[in-house]
Amino acid sequence: MSQLHQVEHPVEFKSYLRRCLYVFIAVLCTTSLMIGASFLPNYGWTAKVAMILAVACVNAFVVAGYLMHLLSEKKMIYTLLGFTIFFFAGLMGLTIWAMHDMPAGSSH
Amino acid sequence: MEKLVQQFPPHREDDAHHGHGGHGHHEPGFWEKYIFSTDHKTIGIQYGLTALMFMLFGFGLMILMRWQIAHPGVPVPFIGPLLEKVLGSVAAHGAISPELYNSFGAMHGTIMVFLGIVPLAFAAFGNYVVPLMIGAPDMTFPRVNMASYQAYFVGGLIMLVSFFIPGGAAQAGWTSYSPLATTIPTNGQLFWIIGMVFLISSSLLGAVNFIATIIQLRAPGMTWMRLPFFVWAQFVTAFILLLAFPPLEAAAVMQLMDNVAHTSFFLPTGLAVGGQLANVSGGGSPLLWQHLFWFLGHPEVYVLILPAMGIVCEILANNTRKPIWGYKSLVYAALAVGFLSFIVWAHHMYLTGMGTKISTFFQATTMIISIPSVIILTCFFISLWGGSIRFTTPMLFALAFLPMFGIGGLTGLPLGFNVSDVHLHDTYYIIAHFHYVVAPGTIFALFAGVYYWYPKMTGRMMNEFWGRVHFWGSFVFMNIVFMPMFAQGMAGMLRRMADGGANYSAAVNSKAGAEVVGGLSNNMMSLHTGILWGAMCLGIAQIPFIINVFWSIKHGEKAKGDNPWDATTLEWQTPTPPPHGNFDHAPQVYRGPYEYSVPGHATDFTPQNEPEGGATPKPISTAH
Amino acid sequence: MEIPYTSKPRPDTGVYNAKIGIWLFLASEVMLFGGLFSAYVLLRVGAAPGEWPHGWLNVGLGTLNTLILALSAITTLLAWVACKVGQFGKFKFFHACTLALALTFLCVKMYEYHDKWIHYEIKLVDGKFADGHFEGAVYVDKAANKELEEHSFRGMAFSEVSGGVTNNYELVSVTLEGRIVADEKDLMDLRAQKHIEHGKVTIERSQIKHMENYGPWHNTFLAIYFTLTGLHALHILGGSIVIGYLWGPGRKMWKKDPERFTNRIEVSGLFWHFVDLVWIFLFPVLYLM
Ligand code: HEM
Ligand SMILES: [Cu+2]
Repeated sequence: MSQLHQVEHPVEFKSYLRRCLYVFIAVLCTTSLMIGASFLPNYGWTAKVAMILAVACVNAFVVAGYLMHLLSEKKMIYTLLGFTIFFFAGLMGLTIWAMHDMPAGSSH
Repeated sequence: MEKLVQQFPPHREDDAHHGHGGHGHHEPGFWEKYIFSTDHKTIGIQYGLTALMFMLFGFGLMILMRWQIAHPGVPVPFIGPLLEKVLGSVAAHGAISPELYNSFGAMHGTIMVFLGIVPLAFAAFGNYVVPLMIGAPDMTFPRVNMASYQAYFVGGLIMLVSFFIPGGAAQAGWTSYSPLATTIPTNGQLFWIIGMVFLISSSLLGAVNFIATIIQLRAPGMTWMRLPFFVWAQFVTAFILLLAFPPLEAAAVMQLMDNVAHTSFFLPTGLAVGGQLANVSGGGSPLLWQHLFWFLGHPEVYVLILPAMGIVCEILANNTRKPIWGYKSLVYAALAVGFLSFIVWAHHMYLTGMGTKISTFFQATTMIISIPSVIILTCFFISLWGGSIRFTTPMLFALAFLPMFGIGGLTGLPLGFNVSDVHLHDTYYIIAHFHYVVAPGTIFALFAGVYYWYPKMTGRMMNEFWGRVHFWGSFVFMNIVFMPMFAQGMAGMLRRMADGGANYSAAVNSKAGAEVVGGLSNNMMSLHTGILWGAMCLGIAQIPFIINVFWSIKHGEKAKGDNPWDATTLEWQTPTPPPHGNFDHAPQVYRGPYEYSVPGHATDFTPQNEPEGGATPKPISTAH
Repeated sequence: MEIPYTSKPRPDTGVYNAKIGIWLFLASEVMLFGGLFSAYVLLRVGAAPGEWPHGWLNVGLGTLNTLILALSAITTLLAWVACKVGQFGKFKFFHACTLALALTFLCVKMYEYHDKWIHYEIKLVDGKFADGHFEGAVYVDKAANKELEEHSFRGMAFSEVSGGVTNNYELVSVTLEGRIVADEKDLMDLRAQKHIEHGKVTIERSQIKHMENYGPWHNTFLAIYFTLTGLHALHILGGSIVIGYLWGPGRKMWKKDPERFTNRIEVSGLFWHFVDLVWIFLFPVLYLM
C-alpha cells in the first residue's frame, strides 16, 4: 500500500502525529481566546463580534488547512471552493445590505 | 493487489473474459435492468418518461384553471363530477373553488418547474447524452445517480399525494411566500416542503454527479474547448443547482420548523391572522424567505433555459451543416450567465420596499446578465447564415425556440428596470414573460431533443409527418395562449386571481364605464375565452406527439445506421442503443464538436474521433 | 468499458473521482449552512433592541463539545494516515475513537437540549415573569378527585385559553427552580447579571397567564439555535453511520482493494472535518455572542 504513494509524498505516521498535536494545541488556544474575548468588558458589540469571529476563522483555517489538506490541494478544488466562497459572500452580503437599505420609516 | 495498467483506459486484465458490452457480472433481470438500474441511459429514460408524465399532469391542472378563469364558478364540463368525487367539497358541484384554484396554481408551478422541466432538461437529457458525448462509460457515481432518480420519484409522489389530504395541496403559490404559507390551514404546505426537500436532494445528487463526470471522465483528447456546447450548458447548470439550491433547502427547513415546531423564522412580530393576533413568538422576517427563495429562484430560471440552449445548439449545427458561429463566445457567455445569475435575485423583490441603492444594484446586474443571454442568441442566429438548412422536425422546434426565447428575454428587460416593474409586477405580463421563455422556449427545445435523440435511444425515427403536425399545432396555439397575456398584464390584470380578475377590477368597470382607473375593459376580459380555447387546442396538438413517441418504438422507420443525422459528436459514434458501458475502450478525440462541411473532407461531417488525415476512426465498440 | 479513476487520480486534474465528489458535496453544504447563517444574521440584526438573548447557553458544555469534536477530527485524520501506511490495527483503534467521541458529542448535545426543554418561562397575571427549571406541578385528578404531584409537566405550554386541563388533570400550581423578574427583558442578558437569586418559586394556577418551555417556538434565538444545532447533529449522526459502516462491515474492502478503502476513509474524513468546521462557527455564534 504505502509503496504506491511514496513516489508522490511519503507518508509518515510520526510526522502526522506531531502535526495533529499542533492542531489540537491551536484549537485549545483559539477556543480559550474566543471565550476570553467574549467575557471581556463590553466595549462595543461590533468590535467584540469581529474579534471573536476573527479568532474562529483562525481556528477554521487550521482545521481546513492541516486536517483537510487544503494547504496542499489541487487547483481544481481551489477553483471550486473559490466559487463557493464567492456565492456564499454574495448571499450573505447582499441580503444584509438589502436589509439595511430600507426606506426610512419602514419596518420588516 | 490487482495490477493496474497505467495507461488510459485503465483496462483490467480480466476484462477480456467478458463478452461484448458484458461489463455487468451477470445478465441483469427485469428489476435491475429497468427499475433499479444504475446505467445512465436507463436512468435518463426513467427521468424523461416520469417528467413528461408530470408535465402532462401539470398541463391538465392549467386547463382546469383556465376554465375557471374564463368561466368563474361554472362547473367544469365532463371532469367536474369526477373532481367533486375525488377532492370533495373544494370542488362542490364540479366547480373550482378559490381554494382549489390556489392549490392548482401552486402545484402547476411546482410540478412544471421542479418535476417537469428540470428533470427533463437537466436530468433526463443530461443523463442520457452527457456521458456519451464526452466518451465516458457511465456517470462517475452510478449508484448516486440511481438514488437521485429515486429521491425525485419520492418527492413527486409526496406532491401528488398532497392533493388528497384534507385541506388539499399547498395553496401559497410555487414561491410559497411566508407568512401565507404558514398560516393557510392545510397540511398541503407541509407535504410541499417535504416533497421539495426530496427534490432538492435529488438535484444536488445529480449536480455532484454531472460535474464530477464532466471533470473526470472526459475521453482522452476531449479537452474543455472540444466539449459540445450541450455539455458546457449542463456543466454550468449543474453548478447552479449545486450552489443555489442549498439556501432554498435551508429556507425549506426553516419553513418546516415554522409549520411544525411553531417557530417564527418568517413570521413578524404582531402578525395577525383572520383579524386576531397570531399565537407566535414573532421576531421573524418574511423578507428572509423571499431572499432565500429567489437566491435559488433566479438561478433556477437559468437551470430551465441553459440545457435548452445546449440542445438547440447541437441541433442547429447538425441541421445547418456548418460549424456553430462563435463557439468560444457561447461557452464564455454560458459561464457568465451562470456566474451572474447568482447576483440578480432581488429583481423579483423590487416591490417589497427595498431601498434605492440596493434596487439600483440589482437593476444593474439584471441588465448586465441580459448581455450574455443576447450573445448566445445572436451566435445561434448568425449560425443560420449561409447554412443549407435541413428542416427536420427537431430543427423546426429548434428554430422556433430562437424567436420565442427572444420574445421572452426581451420582455424581461422592462421587468428588470424597477421603474417599469412597479407597473408590471404581479400582472399577467409576468406570466407571459416567463412562459415565453419556458414554454415555447425551453419546452420546444426539449421536444426538439426528444425528436433528435430518439433514434439513438430506440434505433427508430419518430414519424416526420406527425412531428410536423405537432410542431405547427404547438407553435400556433402556444402564441395564441401567451401573446394576449402581455396585453392583459399591461392593462393591469393581476395574476393569481381565482376569477381571472372579474371581481377585482372588471366589476367596477361594468358599473361605472370604461374610464374607471384600474378597471379592465371587456375586451381584455374576453381574451380569457380565447386563451382557454387556445390552451385546449394546444393540448390536442400534443396528442400526435404522445402517440408518436410510443408508436415509433416498435413501428417507426428504422434509423439509417448508428448516425442517422450524420452528426459529429461522440454519442452518434456508438452502437444503437449503446450497450452498458457505452464504449469498449475510451474513444480518442481529435477535433472540436462542430466540424461540418470541412473543405476537402469526403463527407460533410467529420466525427470528433476521426484522426487527422481522414483515416477511418477506430471502431469504438464492437457490440452491435 | 469501466469507470476510470475510481482509486487512481486522473493525471490532468490530479484527483480521483470520489474526492471531487465529496468536495462538490461540501460546497453545497457550505451554501446550506450559509443560508442558515445568513438567516441568523438577519434575525439577529433585525431583532428589536434588547430582545436578543445573551448567555443562555452553557459555555462550559459548548467548550467541551468543541474539544471533543476537534479531537475526533484528529483521530479521523490519524485513521486515514494509518491506512496510508498500511497499519490496519491503528486504523481500527483511531476510528473507534472517532466513533466514541461522536457519540459523546451527541450525548452532551442531548443533555443541553433537555436542559432547555425543562426550562419554563411563565408570564404572570400581574405582568411579571417567572423563569426557571421545572421542579414539579400539582394537579387534581378529576376522575379520582384527588391531588397529586408530578415531576414532569404535561405538555409544553399552558395558556389561559386552554384552561390548564389535559386528560382530566387540572393544574393547581407549578414549582420552578428559578426567580421572578419584573420584565421579560430582564431575562435576555444573563451575562450582564452575574448574581441572580435562585430559589424555588411556586405559582398558583390563577397567577399564570402563559407558560411555555424553552423550545424552538419560544423565540427566534431558540428557533435558530435548535435548527442550526439540530441540523448539525443530524450531520454528526449521518457521519457516524458512515464511519461506523467503514469501521465495521465496510472494512472488508481493505483486503480486496486497500487503495480504494484508504480513499474512502479520506473522503469520509473530509466530510467529518467539515462538520467540525461548522461547529467551529456555531460555537462562538450561538454560545459566545
Ligand atoms: C434575459 C433576461 C431576463 C430578464 C431581464 C428577466 C427579468 C425578470 C424580472 C425582473 C422578473 C420579476 C418580475 C416581477 O415579479 O415583477 C422576472 C420574472 C420571472 N422570470 Fe425573468 N428575466 C429574464 C429571463 C428569464 C428566463 C430565461 C427565464 C426562465 C427560463 C425567466 C423566468 C422568469 C420567471 C419564472 C419569473 C416569474 C417568477 C414569479 O414571480 O413567479 N426569466 N423576470
Ligand atoms: Cu429573475
